[in-house]
Amino acid sequence: MSHFLDRLKYFKKQREPFADGHGEKTDDDRSWEDGYRRRWQFDKIVRSTHGVNCTGSCSWKIYVKDGLVTWETQQTDYPRTRPDLPNHEPRGCPRGASYSWYMYSANRLKYPKIRKRLVKLWRQAKLEHADPVDAWASIVEDPEKAKSYKACRGMGGFVRADWSEVNELIASANIYTAKRYGPDRISGFSPIPAMSMVSYAAGARYLSLIGGNCLSFYDWYCDLPPASPQIWGEQTDVPESADWYNSNYLIVWGSNVPQTRTPDAHFLSEVRYKGTKTCVITSDYSECSKFGDTWLAPRQGTDAALAMAFGHVILKEFHVEKPSAYFTEYVRTYTDMPMLVTLEKKGVRLIQGRFLRASDLVDNLGQGNNPAWKTVALNKDGRLVSPNGSIGYRWGEKGKWNIEQRDGADGSDVTLQLSLKDCADTIATVAFPYFGGTAHEYDYFQNTGHDDVIERLVPVKKIRGADGETILVASVYDLTLANYGVEQGLQDPNCAHGYDEDKPYTPAWQERVTGVPRGEVIRVAREFATTADKTRGRSMVIVGAALNHWYHMDMSYRGLINMLMMCGCIGQSGGGWAHYVGQEKLRPQTGWTPLAFALDWQRPPRHMNGTSFFYNHSNQWRYEKLEMAEVVSPLADKDKWSGSIIDFNSRAERMGWLPSAPQLGVNPLQLTREAAAAGMDPKDYAVQQLQSGELKFANQDPDNPQNFPRNLFIWRSNLLGSSGKGHEYMLRHLLGTRHGLMGKDLGEAGGKKPEDITWHDEPREGKVDLLVTLDFRMSTTCLYSDIVLPTATWYEKDDMNTSDMHPFIHPLTKAVDPAWEARSDWEIFKGIAKTFSDLCEGHLGVEKDLVTLPIHHDTPGEIAQPFAVKAWWKGECDLVPGVTAPSMILVERDYPNTYNRFTSVGPLLEKIGNGGKGISWNTEAEVDFLKKLNRTYREESERDGRAKIETAVDAAEMILSLAPETNGQVAVKAWQALGEITGRDHTHLAKPKEEEKIRFNDIVAQPRKIISSPTWSGLEDEHVSYNAGYTNVHEYIPWRTITGRQQFYQDHEWMRDFGENMCVYKPPINLKTVAPVLNKKPNGNREIILNWITPHQKWGIHSTYSDNLLMLTLSRGGPIVWMSETDARQAGIEDNDWIEIFNVNGAIAARAVVSQRVPDGMAMMYHAQERIVNTPGAETTGTRGGIHNSVTRAVMKPTHMIGGYAQQSYGFNYYGTVGCNRDEFVIVRKMNKVDWLDGEDVKAAAAAEEAVQ
Amino acid sequence: MNYFNTIFFGIYPFVAFTVFLLGSLIRYDRDQYTWRTGSSQLLEKKKLRLGSYLFHIGVLAILAGHFVGLLTPKAVWHLLGVEASTKQALAMGAGGLFGVICFIGMTILLHRRLANPRIRATSSRMDIVILLMLYVQLILGLLSIFVSAGHMDGAEMLKLMTWAQSIVTLNAPGAVAAISEVHVIYKLHVFLGLNLFLVFPFSRLVHVWSIPVQYFRRNYQIVRAKAAGGL
Repeated sequence: MSHFLDRLKYFKKQREPFADGHGEKTDDDRSWEDGYRRRWQFDKIVRSTHGVNCTGSCSWKIYVKDGLVTWETQQTDYPRTRPDLPNHEPRGCPRGASYSWYMYSANRLKYPKIRKRLVKLWRQAKLEHADPVDAWASIVEDPEKAKSYKACRGMGGFVRADWSEVNELIASANIYTAKRYGPDRISGFSPIPAMSMVSYAAGARYLSLIGGNCLSFYDWYCDLPPASPQIWGEQTDVPESADWYNSNYLIVWGSNVPQTRTPDAHFLSEVRYKGTKTCVITSDYSECSKFGDTWLAPRQGTDAALAMAFGHVILKEFHVEKPSAYFTEYVRTYTDMPMLVTLEKKGVRLIQGRFLRASDLVDNLGQGNNPAWKTVALNKDGRLVSPNGSIGYRWGEKGKWNIEQRDGADGSDVTLQLSLKDCADTIATVAFPYFGGTAHEYDYFQNTGHDDVIERLVPVKKIRGADGETILVASVYDLTLANYGVEQGLQDPNCAHGYDEDKPYTPAWQERVTGVPRGEVIRVAREFATTADKTRGRSMVIVGAALNHWYHMDMSYRGLINMLMMCGCIGQSGGGWAHYVGQEKLRPQTGWTPLAFALDWQRPPRHMNGTSFFYNHSNQWRYEKLEMAEVVSPLADKDKWSGSIIDFNSRAERMGWLPSAPQLGVNPLQLTREAAAAGMDPKDYAVQQLQSGELKFANQDPDNPQNFPRNLFIWRSNLLGSSGKGHEYMLRHLLGTRHGLMGKDLGEAGGKKPEDITWHDEPREGKVDLLVTLDFRMSTTCLYSDIVLPTATWYEKDDMNTSDMHPFIHPLTKAVDPAWEARSDWEIFKGIAKTFSDLCEGHLGVEKDLVTLPIHHDTPGEIAQPFAVKAWWKGECDLVPGVTAPSMILVERDYPNTYNRFTSVGPLLEKIGNGGKGISWNTEAEVDFLKKLNRTYREESERDGRAKIETAVDAAEMILSLAPETNGQVAVKAWQALGEITGRDHTHLAKPKEEEKIRFNDIVAQPRKIISSPTWSGLEDEHVSYNAGYTNVHEYIPWRTITGRQQFYQDHEWMRDFGENMCVYKPPINLKTVAPVLNKKPNGNREIILNWITPHQKWGIHSTYSDNLLMLTLSRGGPIVWMSETDARQAGIEDNDWIEIFNVNGAIAARAVVSQRVPDGMAMMYHAQERIVNTPGAETTGTRGGIHNSVTRAVMKPTHMIGGYAQQSYGFNYYGTVGCNRDEFVIVRKMNKVDWLDGEDVKAAAAAEEAVQ
Repeated sequence: MNYFNTIFFGIYPFVAFTVFLLGSLIRYDRDQYTWRTGSSQLLEKKKLRLGSYLFHIGVLAILAGHFVGLLTPKAVWHLLGVEASTKQALAMGAGGLFGVICFIGMTILLHRRLANPRIRATSSRMDIVILLMLYVQLILGLLSIFVSAGHMDGAEMLKLMTWAQSIVTLNAPGAVAAISEVHVIYKLHVFLGLNLFLVFPFSRLVHVWSIPVQYFRRNYQIVRAKAAGGL
């Protein structure tokens, strides 16, 4: 009762001695113990995970007590793996374990917030205008009013608002924008559907219904490895981490596994105990280095040189000198090595051309269907054959799109010749471009003295073409040997006879470029190949962002993928290419796409590649200094490449290669009205207008206010605090607010302006009228937004999450209701859709919208442009939508019914079916099932009788029912559909699981493994771990490339112009961002130049956790930049000093971490440290220091724009320009004065802002 | 003047002791988790060890001296044959010695608390206030030695003894009468001492109540019965 009175019972205490009086038992009060006991008591445990694009997708227990989330721990109830394989669990890392901190922290967004100046204007305008849409118009069409709120973005000034008010404002802005400028002037950016697919779908479904653009992320993040679509026609498909355990030799290349794949790293440790040898390749002494039996440290950015030298050794020893029987059969069957390539005369030289096609030969080699898309090889009997499986067999006929070794004409067995050496008509001298001779501006990257064109000997056949003339052809195999400089008995003076010769690409040659000792290269290559030979391909390369974020990332990637192909590792358990960068694997993809893009109501949706969008609209092209002449092949026609990057992007859009956003230079709703007035079909009308020049694509004049991206939604993303390459450009041009940009645009600097783009001297600032961000925390992006909507955290909503690291589907589950006024993304967009539908009366009704659609990969259209690149606007060809230009498709939008459509399953699934990646199936049964499961509406409206999608769980059920990965019946149908095209029966892969159906409640009960489906190239069954390319190799399903095989050779005209028909070493490019500001704004301290590297964090994943107090405590509590001891000494910098990092793009203020880990010449800043935490002002810009992307800018590569060409065709998040950023150099110097920008003047300004009433 | 003496030394002591006792009791019963020394040893150990030892040795001896010296009735001293002058000399000598030890210890502790950024950041306002009060009190005590040195007859000391014994015997008028004539420095010392009693329950000083004397005679292993106690 009373602690004090208890104490007074001292003499009455019971004392019961034991152990001969050494111990005693007392009856002292123990109630104090309950305090500690209660600390770890809870009311319930709920299963959820973290949707943070970390690829972890770990199952967590969320503990709830008194209605609050208290803490989280790792779940340990994963289904067991098979015997001899370690279990998956426990999965999780300290970052995930600290997540619940956010929910009740000061960072948590609790109420809808709106910029004060904007809400003031809005309330005033509402008084003056009865209609809210008119009210919005009165604000944005008044330049002064618009500027007044745009110019203070990012500088505080938020006030609380209520949901009805913000929904009304957002809906009005959307309606006005769609009506006045066109629905494609509304865009949304949300990344990584796999991390919370229903939340992604919520916004995407709304945007797709109203005709807005969904922007891609995977390419923009530069996580998309373009080498993968180039070689395999596949976005990214990789082994699950458990398959590391099946490997017998592991190279871990530029991937910091323990730090960035923490929950999976145990497989790497475990397989080493099993005896697998590992070689770690990283430029810095990363945390992963200790996992290596060997650690190689090439100079960053030169990995392709190392890969070429590995390839040189492998080709020489395992293909030429002592050929491995396994390797030889593998490359013959599964790669394009036996395919023939034409050689073309160019001047005095013989250069490599395109693949020989059946259409080049007499009678099309007996092929009636798509002869231009059927590649040709030489059979061992000397016969030219068009083997099964090339892309020509995929479309227009059935049963021969497989890679069985057969002649497509008569089905006879073939053995394709790899080398033509023994049957050559002649040995020709063929030119190979060499790029390693270019000196780098700062002398940081080594160059060698070799000529820029190297001529090597290649065995050649002379064959007779369709028109009677002789065509010279060589096999990809022979060209590959020559390209790698491997001597195959032709006594070629330009090929190496020994490893110590300094000729590209020998181990001795690479030593100069990378700094890696040649002996190590030879040893590792031998070990890698010997293991693969003995184990039939169980050598694996784990690779990550460190390589992929360079301008010439495709060269490094193709270099190492070539190694894997040479050694027969792709598609074999324990072997292959393990690229882990983003959480791109949305396993139930085909079930999700109809929900996300409203394909159940109308098709096609508007998709846009993010990189081109941001490069374009943030006006980065106005500052572009990279000339294409600097990066194209010495063998290319330089005149053809005189334009600026934006020109090529614009041309790509007009040729139907890349998507556009906005699409046409006019409002598409207006265009269809004009067409109707002219009595023409809208498509014909648009074609006519385009051809006459009356109508232009929006991309030809992006700075015209008609073409501004007026409304932008950002959800599940921290675009401006994390991934925004060219951060300061975005601040200036997209947002129109204070920025730290120091560069001059081409107009001011007198540079060469773009050829095809209208130039306006006056720079455009503040193109976005309304920026709406949904988040659960006040991120940097929220800070710059006009409206911030508080969303549910990962423990407050129902959703789903998948990863490429394991084959399970995880739920995010609502452990507690969203705190304060937060709502889930699904509910937020549903609410906006409702208001939109209510408000559009009088403005938008049933409208006709003309949508332009680029030529898509995995559609019959992908074989549109077989030979030369032709521009219709120059009269080189006709404008044929879908062939020489984007398709133009009329979509009817029922705007007042947006909400009804949003919340119900539309009729197109029953009418057209469902599918993906080139196959489709009837899905009536599943829709019918959904009607029973989710129930149907009974009301007088368009959704009467349709299945409900009211809640996020309803939406999840739609995904799970429609996807083959989670519905066995659909999987069997999908395999059947594929079998019709391949002519083989694949249904045995899904039959055992036909009756299996995964429901949302099932995954809440326990993580569930997916069912194998043809959407993916790996299997998840009882016998093998998931491994990419497995079904290609074992089921003879072709890769979705032009040859149907994995490609060493890339034959598109632009690829050849870039000298990338074969893999070569290309040094980092020069972005010229340092010289204009070097020593121009001195502060007395020495300025040094370093290469700028931005790897993934140890204390955060992207920007999440980098503002989490627990994680900040573990690191240094604010922005930090790593540098080497030598560089620090040179610049007079000591550990923990404040330093400034800057170039023309902008400036960063951070503390220095001086470490032996970092090699000289490199500055390393962990990705996405929020600029809202502990960031002082930068001395050069006078404004607050930026994020890691303040000193970068996107720079695009035209080869990634290629379209209409088999595997090089556009796909959303699949192929397209990527936002690389590692070729960047920065100036680093010690700061003199750390100014927190909180002085009197700042306070006065804040007070003035406060006074705005 | 008498008015002030009555308030400060006749009435105020009872207020201070009431708050001291009642406050301690309430805090002990209601706020067990706050009943602690608030050690900062985790954050800094070296200075703490030296300072804390010196301080505690000094202050325990001084407190014992005050307790015995002030509250032992005159008659007992007389019986023991200790003259007032002898007692004063003893008090000055022992008090001075331990006072100096305590002073060194406190100086270290105070410096540590204010100058070490980690300690400073984790200190409550009361932590600093109580340390400063003790420090001032100690200095006043040490200064009084010099005043005492002026009259070694022990008369002043007797007045203070009388005051203290009057207080504990609830004789307020006697207490006021006894103290009214002493040197101001003693008055200040006594007054600050009363304030220390007043703030005692609100500070970390409460740990004084919980001196672990049982430790000296405890068994090697003590287990508590499960059902016993307040359950």
